[in-house]
Amino acid sequence: MSTPLSASVEVGATTARPRLASGFWRRALRHRSFVTGGTLTLMVLCAALLSLVWTPWSAYEIDVASKLRPPSAAHWLGTDVLGRDIVSLLLVGARSTIMVGIIAVGIGLTFGVCLGLIAAARKSWTEEIIMRMSDFTFAFPAVLSAIMLAAVFGPGMVTSIVAIGIFQIPTLVRLTRGSANAIWAREFVLAARACGKGGFRITIEHVLPNVLPILIVQATIQFALAILAEAALSYLGLGTQPPQPSWGRMLNDAQTLLFQSPMLAVYPGAAIAIAVLGLNLFGDGLRDLLDPRLARER
Amino acid sequence: MTGSANAPLIEVSNLGVRLNTSRGPAQAVRGVSFSLRRGETLGLVGESGCGKSVTALALMGLLPDSAVISGSIRLDGSELVGLPDANYCKLRGNRISMIFQEPMTALNPMHTIGRQVAEPLRRHTNCSAAEARKQAIALLDRVGLPDAAKRVDAYPHQFSGGQRQRVTIAMALACQPDVLVADEPTTALDVTIQGQILDLIADIVAERGMSMILISHDLGVIAENVQRMMVMYGGTVVESGATDAVFTRMGHPYTQGLFRARPRLGARKGTRLKTIAGTVPELADLPSGCTFADRCAIVEDRCRVAPPAAVDVGAGHGVRCLRTDVSMAEAVGVLGA
Repeated sequence: MSTPLSASVEVGATTARPRLASGFWRRALRHRSFVTGGTLTLMVLCAALLSLVWTPWSAYEIDVASKLRPPSAAHWLGTDVLGRDIVSLLLVGARSTIMVGIIAVGIGLTFGVCLGLIAAARKSWTEEIIMRMSDFTFAFPAVLSAIMLAAVFGPGMVTSIVAIGIFQIPTLVRLTRGSANAIWAREFVLAARACGKGGFRITIEHVLPNVLPILIVQATIQFALAILAEAALSYLGLGTQPPQPSWGRMLNDAQTLLFQSPMLAVYPGAAIAIAVLGLNLFGDGLRDLLDPRLARER
Repeated sequence: MTGSANAPLIEVSNLGVRLNTSRGPAQAVRGVSFSLRRGETLGLVGESGCGKSVTALALMGLLPDSAVISGSIRLDGSELVGLPDANYCKLRGNRISMIFQEPMTALNPMHTIGRQVAEPLRRHTNCSAAEARKQAIALLDRVGLPDAAKRVDAYPHQFSGGQRQRVTIAMALACQPDVLVADEPTTALDVTIQGQILDLIADIVAERGMSMILISHDLGVIAENVQRMMVMYGGTVVESGATDAVFTRMGHPYTQGLFRARPRLGARKGTRLKTIAGTVPELADLPSGCTFADRCAIVEDRCRVAPPAAVDVGAGHGVRCLRTDVSMAEAVGVLGA
């Protein structure tokens, strides 16, 4: 082989890895829904983080004398029926929303992915049992299982997290099993088996890395669903309990005053909408960006 | 590694595979027998769906759980049919390994090639990661990957088809297996690369004294690369023998048909390729007699009664045909044509 030829091969090999990584960010920043969704999600995240160190007013102190104030320099979005500052409530509410989302999706991912991978690897009756169990769980909406759990353990944040987490499992089991089955049918898995690898190692080394992009995308969408479920449960009084502020509770409080001060319902509603929309757009963008077929077009 | 040099390394007798397909059970392989000594090479040739790959997967123990395997496969005297998967895992990639047809899909896109070549070493020998990596580089170098030491950390999509096939060959060779099963290793490659890859495989097989089973639908590939060959049709071996003998005598009408159907250089423009009339029978409902009966030019009523037994037409050259007298007389004309 002539020198210039082998030199060009060399360059291709050594620079390919960083190029792939920078290529991801270059394409990411050009992707409209990824950027929009990412910005909205980041805003909610920042609000939650900010509430840990600073809020304009305390979100827990009641000041009935200054209740239902319109927006002013002191209270940017006004106050609620108990005189609490709306901005502070929204900031602290973001915290519980995100916490419930992360833990619930974490529960869903842990159990869902493990069960889905086991179902795909073991097949036969193991798969049958896992899938029928997840069908059974799927039949119960989060609200229903939260009501059941609340009846047994009492309402609260933990109950709602567990209920939402359980509600996430079947979707993730199905998705993982379906994607993993597709990977198991690929020739490189056969080649790995021909090298003498067993089911467990193939699952960890070959199947999981290949389904991970799909799972990451689905996790963002599940996060959005968890936020909605959390809001619904708090609205029903089954989720986050007072005095801990939450967006769902704020909606519930605003309900009785809908004609008196409708804006009280609009603020938490908008907050929920922004968070859910942001995560959905972010997930959509991520799906486009992580698609290996697109990633290889350079 | 027991047994004398003359004892067969792999001995397959009366192998049968029944697959459960959506159209019911299909007898994909019937009564396949052969034995292979250390250093010998065997070719399997036939059309798509004739049972070549299923035979190979049966050897590797990689058929789906629903497949029913009968007969016996012995490696160095120990039985492989019915071996628990955990024990089979210790053989695969270690004593028997396989090269696949599609180098584009046979490598995991998420792992570097170095890791994939080192994997069988890490699995079957207790060498360290660094040692395995060193050996992987040596292997990649041996299979002719340019700049192996630099490219060991590259991903499969950064290689061409031929280069990827070299990588899968390196993977298959990592643990110095006794038997190499190559399932159409060059079908997906350019003609120019085909020759290089086959030469590489032949060199390594000779260099390491391995036995090889080469599967192909290309008579040319078989003719040039193996000592003995079997022609398969409808799940059965219709003709088997030394490669030279099979090509000189051409006992079975199907072998002759395959030979006539090959494209030739220098044929006049407009000359149509000769084909074998009809299609391969469905494995789910094979005829009771000779599987080739429906497409055979010299078929008689007795061909459809029972599967014909193998007839010896020369030393170690068997043909499953009742009408070898006629077919072989015609074959002389075939070769002249």
